[in-house]
Amino acid sequence: MRTFLLKRSLQLIPTLFVVAVIVFFITRMLPGNPAAVMLGPQASAEDIAAYAERLGLNDPIYQQFFDYLINLVKFDFGNSLSYNQPIVNLIMERFPNTVILAVSALLIAIIVGVPAGILAAKKQNTIIDYLVTTLSLVGVSMPIFWLGVMLVLAFSVNLGWLPSTGMGSLDNGLWAFIRHLILPSLALATIPTAQFARVIRSSMLETLSNDYIKAARSKGLKETFVIYKHALKNALTPLLTVIGLQFSNLLGGAVLTETIFSWPGMGLLIVNAIDKRDFVVVQGSVIFIAIIYVVINLIVDVLYKVVNPKVNLDGGSGGAN
Amino acid sequence: MSDQLLTVNNLSVAFQSGSITTKAVNGVSFSLNKQESIGIVGESGSGKSVTATSILRLIPRSFAKITSGEIIFQGRDLIKLSAGQMRKVRGNDISMIFQDPSTSLNPVFTVGNQLVETIRAHRKISKKAAKQRALELLDLVGIPAPDKRITMYPHEFSGGMRQRVMIAIALACDPQLLIADEPTTALDVTVQAQILNLMKDLQEQLGMAIIMITHDLGVVWETCEQVLVMYAGRIVESATVKELYQRPLHPYTWGLLDSQITESQDSDAPLSSIPGSPPDLSYEVTGCPFVERCPYAEAICHQETPPLQQLADGHAVACHFQTGSNTLERKEHAYREGTFTRS
Amino acid sequence: MVEVANELEQTRELQYAKARKEQAFTRKLLRNRFAALGLGIIFLLIVTAIFAPLIATHPPNQMDVTKSLLGPGSEGHLLGTDSYGRDTFSRIVYGSRISLIVGISAVLFGAFFGSMLGLISGYVGGRTDAIIMRIIDGMMAFPFILLAIVLMSVLGQGLVNVVIAIGVSNIPGFARVIRGQVLTIKESEYIEVTRSLGARHGRILFYHIVPNSMAPLIVYATMSVAGAIISEASLSFLGLGVQPPTASWGSMLQEGKDFLVLSPELATISGLAILITVLGINLFGDGLRDALDPKMKV
Repeated sequence: MRTFLLKRSLQLIPTLFVVAVIVFFITRMLPGNPAAVMLGPQASAEDIAAYAERLGLNDPIYQQFFDYLINLVKFDFGNSLSYNQPIVNLIMERFPNTVILAVSALLIAIIVGVPAGILAAKKQNTIIDYLVTTLSLVGVSMPIFWLGVMLVLAFSVNLGWLPSTGMGSLDNGLWAFIRHLILPSLALATIPTAQFARVIRSSMLETLSNDYIKAARSKGLKETFVIYKHALKNALTPLLTVIGLQFSNLLGGAVLTETIFSWPGMGLLIVNAIDKRDFVVVQGSVIFIAIIYVVINLIVDVLYKVVNPKVNLDGGSGGAN
Repeated sequence: MSDQLLTVNNLSVAFQSGSITTKAVNGVSFSLNKQESIGIVGESGSGKSVTATSILRLIPRSFAKITSGEIIFQGRDLIKLSAGQMRKVRGNDISMIFQDPSTSLNPVFTVGNQLVETIRAHRKISKKAAKQRALELLDLVGIPAPDKRITMYPHEFSGGMRQRVMIAIALACDPQLLIADEPTTALDVTVQAQILNLMKDLQEQLGMAIIMITHDLGVVWETCEQVLVMYAGRIVESATVKELYQRPLHPYTWGLLDSQITESQDSDAPLSSIPGSPPDLSYEVTGCPFVERCPYAEAICHQETPPLQQLADGHAVACHFQTGSNTLERKEHAYREGTFTRS
Repeated sequence: MVEVANELEQTRELQYAKARKEQAFTRKLLRNRFAALGLGIIFLLIVTAIFAPLIATHPPNQMDVTKSLLGPGSEGHLLGTDSYGRDTFSRIVYGSRISLIVGISAVLFGAFFGSMLGLISGYVGGRTDAIIMRIIDGMMAFPFILLAIVLMSVLGQGLVNVVIAIGVSNIPGFARVIRGQVLTIKESEYIEVTRSLGARHGRILFYHIVPNSMAPLIVYATMSVAGAIISEASLSFLGLGVQPPTASWGSMLQEGKDFLVLSPELATISGLAILITVLGINLFGDGLRDALDPKMKV
């Protein structure tokens, strides 16, 4: 187990290097002088020249890349012009908010999606199954920014039950906090909920057709025992993959959800920074999210091992079976 | 009542798929005494496995249904039992082992876990006592170092060892009846004999009855006293094993025997199997189900379905021409290619 | 001679099996009512996009501030007007063009470059494979939409840039699917035989591996069109998509969001158009996958 962890962690290094390269070159693709773009049209020529010097834009490109890598390793993402503070501070302030949103959405998705999928598989070809299948297909096809707008229309504009924007402070009590969280987390949870229901349904159906399920029934085990012990644990492996993938989608989907609900997380930070053409913030935030995503994937791989003892730990592509 | 363990009367099972109904088992009757072993032989699709799984009511509810008949086990009709009562029979009074031990053990739980859960499903005993019993069982089926093996996962066992584990699980609650569905088919030839011997030993030791489902008459010869030959969802011949080898009556049985002989003795001869394939059971079969493949078929065989008729010595056969008064002359290698072509 | 005869026999059998499989495929696909419904929606979308000028009741960008935010059905505006007095129905009709163009072109872009990378990676193997896969891993470390957002913020608004941004984000997915296929097919016996007979790499790749990878490629591409349409709408919703005043469902939704109280139908209708389109494509994609191979992991 320890060697596996070490090996997988070492594999992260090339991936993160590629991430850094991609972000570096995308930001260098900016037309014209980046310093001029970042400072905006009102900046004077001297300001631009000074800023370019500070950013190291006059150095040769390999030197720039090297400095940039060194800073990354030191976890120094530079300073934001528009916010006038180190980007690390900005991220540390905003990232927890995104985590709150993403984790609530993930919890909703697991609590609703997994039982729905199990139920549909148990009652295959009944009205319940058709209902779950249809709803989950609508769910995965949902443009969540539209759903967000519709939720605002229904619950804030028409019914006036829930706030449409912002994040509640815990100082105003737990309820104020939760009230603000409900709509954005519901919107964000839609696609993962539907996805989990679909994945669990199909993997349960596949598992239930296995010989060992028939064998478990032949031993006289209770049906609930057969389903929740023997089938579910086997059906969990594909779910883990999807949870890992969906978590990345949640971080991405948060960009849209946070914009609609003005939720002060990483997504809103990035969108606002793009508006302000503060590319240092965009660059730092995007790299940060990529790092988080890669780490989550590592955790998922480790969980595989816990759930499925047959997974080969040596292979880099330690997938199912 | 005293010696009778199981009586199956006129059992029929149908598969429903959309508007198509397939009669997988069609009016099967047989009975089994305590400590007796009976073999059910036939090609795949003959309904032998469906018959066996129907006894435990393990056929998939979503599309399969027992349409008629009764299954009397120790005086109770299993078909009429509630789901809860049926569950108490499974693994306790009747247990089953399956064809492929690598797929019938759950890969994500240890062998010990799967043994203990079976014991504790039927016996109110502590985990510790159940584990003790599990160790005894593993020892009983000849698994060395059970205390080490018990914490291992199925993929750490060889095929033969896995089947031994399956047998241990099946024997966990001292069943009266063990149903073995092709227990050796997925195993290496050398291991097959070991498993069959083990089953025979255990049967003598524990005194249970066995239903052995197989396509291999050799397996029946090794382990059983009685044998049923199934074809297209019906029993076409039943006899003691000895009688069947000495005086086989149904042309289908002859075909099965021919293919056995060529397989085992004359490896240079072309493998003789019965040409053609069984009838599609989703259509109503008129006449004898074997008629299309039978080298002896005549007009009547196309029109009337022969009933299973009792002859002397408990021998029964379903063939128009083997009912005592008239008999067929068995042709040498009737199924060899060239000798017989489909009309 | 005997061998030739055998081979002919085998070929005939294969052809027969293939014909039967194709028949079964079409029957399966059409029997699936959901897939047929999806196909109907896709057909409707294509017809709308092609004949937009005939279907639309007004020029999509014609403004009339005196008639802003009209309700549905008033003054000849089927679905009302937006804040600039533009006809909502006509803009929805023209918006289908953007969705369709971006959906198809971006996926073709991603499929072409992704498949190339996947083919090379899977077929050549070794160090080439390792390097390409690390790059793909790196690209996959960005949430899909985030990569597109960052690219758009650099490239600037415009239809071509949208296609490029979403197309690039689609590359890693295709590369993975194709690489997986190539690896499976490469190990199969008939490729070994072909190779032992001295076939050239090009022949093995394009006569054996590519045709056998088509089924999962088509299913994955179909699903990706749905994703690309959502991505375009998302980008336009964030103001990073096509240039105004071009009608796009995403940008219509963004405008509608600001008039939720006065004119809720603006946001509702544009979003519904996206949902129905994406649902249709997904229904069809599901049916396609089930008909081709229910066990396919796409």
